[in-house]
Amino acid sequence: MQMKSILAGAALALMSTTAAFAGDVRIMWYSDGVEGDVMKDLVGRFMKENPGINVILDNVAYSVIKEQLPVQLEAGNGPDIARVTAIKDLSKHWLDLRPLVKDAKYWDENYGAQADWMRPDGSNQISGFMTQITLTGGFANKTLFEQAGVPLPGPKATWEEWAAASKKVADSQKIFAMAIDRSGHRLTAPLLSYGANYVGKDGKPAPLDKGAKDFMTKFVGWVADGSFSKDVWVSAAGSTYRAAADDFINGQLAFYYSGSWQVANLATKIGNNFDWVATGSPCGPAACTGMPGGAALVAVKYTKNPKEVAAVMDWFAQEKIVKEFSERTLFLPGNKSVVDKGGLDFKTNNAQAKAALTKYVEATKSTSETALKLPGWRWSDTVYAAIVTRVGQTLAGEMKIEDAFARIDADIAQKVKDAGQ
Amino acid sequence: MTSTTTSSHLGALLMAPVNALMRVVDIPLRGLQKSTGIGGMAAFFLAPNMLIFGIFVLLPLFINIVYSTTGGTAFFLSERSFVGTEQYQRLFTCTNYLDPMSCQEDAFWTAVGNTFWFVVLQVALMILVSLVTALILNRDLIGRSFWRAVFFFPVLLSPVVVGLIWKWILQRQGLLNFILYEIGNVTPYTWLTDRNWTFIATIGVSIWAHMGLYTLILLAGLQAIPKDLYEAAEMDGTKPARVFWRITLPLLAPNLLVVVVLALIKAVQIFDEVYVLTGGGPGTSTLYLTQYIYETGFASALRNPGLAAAASILMGLVLVVLTLMQLGLGRKNENKGKR
Amino acid sequence: MGAAARFILRRKGGKGWHWTDIVTWVWLIGGLIIMFGPAMWLAFSSFKTPAALNEFPPSILPYVTSQATVQGYDKPLQLFEAKMPDGTTKVLAEVRRIGLVAQMVDPTTPGEIIKVNMNDRTPVRSVSFATENYTEPFTQFDFLRYLWNSVFVTVVATLITLIVNSMAAFALSKYEFTGRNLAMFVILATLMVPLSVIMVPLYSIISTLGMFNSLWGVILPTVATPTGVFILRQYMLTIPDELIDAARMDKASEWQIYWRIVLPLTAPALAVLAIFSVVWRWNDFLWPLIVLSRRELYTLQVGLSIYSGELNVQWHFILAMTVVTMIPVVLVFIFLQRFITTGIAGTGLK
Repeated sequence: MQMKSILAGAALALMSTTAAFAGDVRIMWYSDGVEGDVMKDLVGRFMKENPGINVILDNVAYSVIKEQLPVQLEAGNGPDIARVTAIKDLSKHWLDLRPLVKDAKYWDENYGAQADWMRPDGSNQISGFMTQITLTGGFANKTLFEQAGVPLPGPKATWEEWAAASKKVADSQKIFAMAIDRSGHRLTAPLLSYGANYVGKDGKPAPLDKGAKDFMTKFVGWVADGSFSKDVWVSAAGSTYRAAADDFINGQLAFYYSGSWQVANLATKIGNNFDWVATGSPCGPAACTGMPGGAALVAVKYTKNPKEVAAVMDWFAQEKIVKEFSERTLFLPGNKSVVDKGGLDFKTNNAQAKAALTKYVEATKSTSETALKLPGWRWSDTVYAAIVTRVGQTLAGEMKIEDAFARIDADIAQKVKDAGQ
Repeated sequence: MTSTTTSSHLGALLMAPVNALMRVVDIPLRGLQKSTGIGGMAAFFLAPNMLIFGIFVLLPLFINIVYSTTGGTAFFLSERSFVGTEQYQRLFTCTNYLDPMSCQEDAFWTAVGNTFWFVVLQVALMILVSLVTALILNRDLIGRSFWRAVFFFPVLLSPVVVGLIWKWILQRQGLLNFILYEIGNVTPYTWLTDRNWTFIATIGVSIWAHMGLYTLILLAGLQAIPKDLYEAAEMDGTKPARVFWRITLPLLAPNLLVVVVLALIKAVQIFDEVYVLTGGGPGTSTLYLTQYIYETGFASALRNPGLAAAASILMGLVLVVLTLMQLGLGRKNENKGKR
Repeated sequence: MGAAARFILRRKGGKGWHWTDIVTWVWLIGGLIIMFGPAMWLAFSSFKTPAALNEFPPSILPYVTSQATVQGYDKPLQLFEAKMPDGTTKVLAEVRRIGLVAQMVDPTTPGEIIKVNMNDRTPVRSVSFATENYTEPFTQFDFLRYLWNSVFVTVVATLITLIVNSMAAFALSKYEFTGRNLAMFVILATLMVPLSVIMVPLYSIISTLGMFNSLWGVILPTVATPTGVFILRQYMLTIPDELIDAARMDKASEWQIYWRIVLPLTAPALAVLAIFSVVWRWNDFLWPLIVLSRRELYTLQVGLSIYSGELNVQWHFILAMTVVTMIPVVLVFIFLQRFITTGIAGTGLK
């Protein structure tokens, strides 16, 4: 009896692995918040409108996207559509939707700005579209500033001004001054504002320039004097990402540098405890830029059902769907008409969140040229990883900042060499 | 005792079809035995395990050797180019062999050093704690089986859960700071970003998770020591400390050896708990070898599967040496066991 | 009470308190707290809202701010205990907060707005279990499917492990043949090899064999455990060869000797291996995460990882689902506790 049911179960399990019906479209999706639920809802609606296509949404951990998907793709496996962040690095695996979509012109007009982030260099391929655009930026705890009697620095305030003001607040309120996520992408924003440029003349990574070194030296100094909290930066080894949001949510931070994706998170967790505002990115000598980024929904070229995949992509890229998706997830949309028309009615009754999102939507229009190029540059992730690893070690007291510069350059050079083999 | 009879009854009922199946299986196997002899049957019994073992353990180990001689970032061997011993050279490029920071792959040597100290301290402390617990549980206690269970419970938890549980205690908003705050109004401390505390924490947590198993093994050894030995010692008026050194410890030696070996294996393989708890930080102070290999091979944007393979082979060599030592000691023991 | 205390505190010899008795009880009570406390803390935490999880100082029990419906306001308002200028405290409902000043009303006399500095008010809180941490995942989380996959993997892997390992152990303990020592050496040498060391090549093997996204890809690599062979062989060595010789005289086939004589005699060691195998396979995480990327194939451990995003981790769901995955292990433990602990103490691990 037991044996029988086990055998039956085995048969079932075997069947379910081989059953891939014509018309099936699998989407591999990861979630930071509610977007998985929203997506599930939208997929349901799509299937009602398109009865011939069966869309299966596989929710996975982000680590699967980051670590396992590349291997699957290399083996010619993988889902039909995926929500991915390393879109440039893996671009040779994406399907060209240009001949398959209903209206390629619509795609070019609305998603052309980011198309280069996700296609092989020098092609005009349509690989997919951004499910969300992110932009790094700061958040300030307005209540703490008020309690300390320190005015909030203005819109053109520099990193130094923010550091000084936050330090004052921190000293008077017995909290931490500033924090920035443990991420190379986050740290790149101030680096660019200080005039850094990672890209060499040949398109390959250049050694760290003066701008980059200047800010990193300052950053290390600020950590030493308590203007910046080092907690998240020393809380892991290697290039592991860690967010510093918890301290800000607890009212333990005056200023937190993260990005637009935190808005929904902050709104739910802070609630009514204190007032917070999005500040945009502080300025450096060269610019006041944030770093753009985001996740894209891309089609995989190993799919057996390219027509159905294109139909799904067409449907989800529609203006009204993107608008609804962004409003419900509190994401910044990647569709040009949606941005230009404005009037996004973000589905939150938290006024601070609405104000912050509006601020970010505005800020997307004024990002620096260098910053806009980096997401589409093949070596960005390599540079980020090297910076995080070595700066993290410096802050943990394991090396001097000069050694860190040398190590960062060496790590990047080694990776470029490895990739050429 | 009614429960055992019903359960054996039920067992018999469940076993009936299995027994029938075994009888059917026996028919072709008898034929096999006739044609190949008893030696052939030995091969037959060994084959399934060795086949699976060969495909899923040995073959990957051999592929790893090939991997370690190739370069590039591709995962599949067919797309990788041969580079000879370059990966090994890279691991061994140091200006000063006593200072990991002077090596090209500083993270690897840091991990080697961390792993070494972790293994030494963790195994020593583990044995001490397990032994004390076993000695206490060996006393004439009320509810011994309950207490035994208390110490065994964490063995059943998954490493990821163990890491999660302790993260939730040691982090800044965690239970430990809460207790200190309630008792002594101590300001919250970030235990997990202090290099000394995280090292101690990884040792403590891994002892917490595994000590139950070793305690039980030692307890079994303690209970196997004949009572009359102790009684005789008591009659002679021998001091308890002397009894412990002269009777308990020598007779416990075989079990202690098993514990040392098992604890060593576990300690060298430490990964999931630490990965969840500290992520290897702060800096690289709790970066252990398995995490280095995992990140270099899989996780980091700077990944290099060839380098990871080379590191894993070096680690494998050390493990084989450790195992050989165990084999030698185990054999000595086996001979002793044969009266 | 007196009798109960005497019963609980009964100690060696009963001749009065010896220092070892004190050490014993301190150790045991301390052990009880350290061993069970952390798991209880996790369980309590799993009932907290995301905001409460982040709070310091944390509370043992999950609390939320109480709310009250006040006449004249559509939504329920949060209740605070406010310090009034005259030094008394009063329970007020907060209407809105502007900067540092909160506008509050007395729920009994809703007409009049009272202004209170935000530092002079503390929320009125009551215990409330955030059961949505459990119920929400259940609606989007195909719990029964994941449970079934976990059970399937655990049961099948354990059965195969028991059969395959015991056959190998039988061959290695009861037969003399060339290569026996080599086989034994290879198995022992790999006792210590951790999964992460062979992960990349193992992945390519699984992918070549087409076991990618299949439960068999999770099961097969784990079943030929060197530890299992080792434990069973050590135990089988203690079975007297005379028994086997006698059976051969009676014309029993080798298979019958294995099935009818050796296996029943090895039962205690098999039980221990079965328990370990169940715990290992149930708790497996890294490997299933790598092999399984389709929803309908997730095991529970993989299922709960979907709450780890790129930028945020939804801890409230992860904690809740962790507790759910722990329940079967705890149940097995409660029912088989005596059996497990005595079994390990009594078998091949010597």
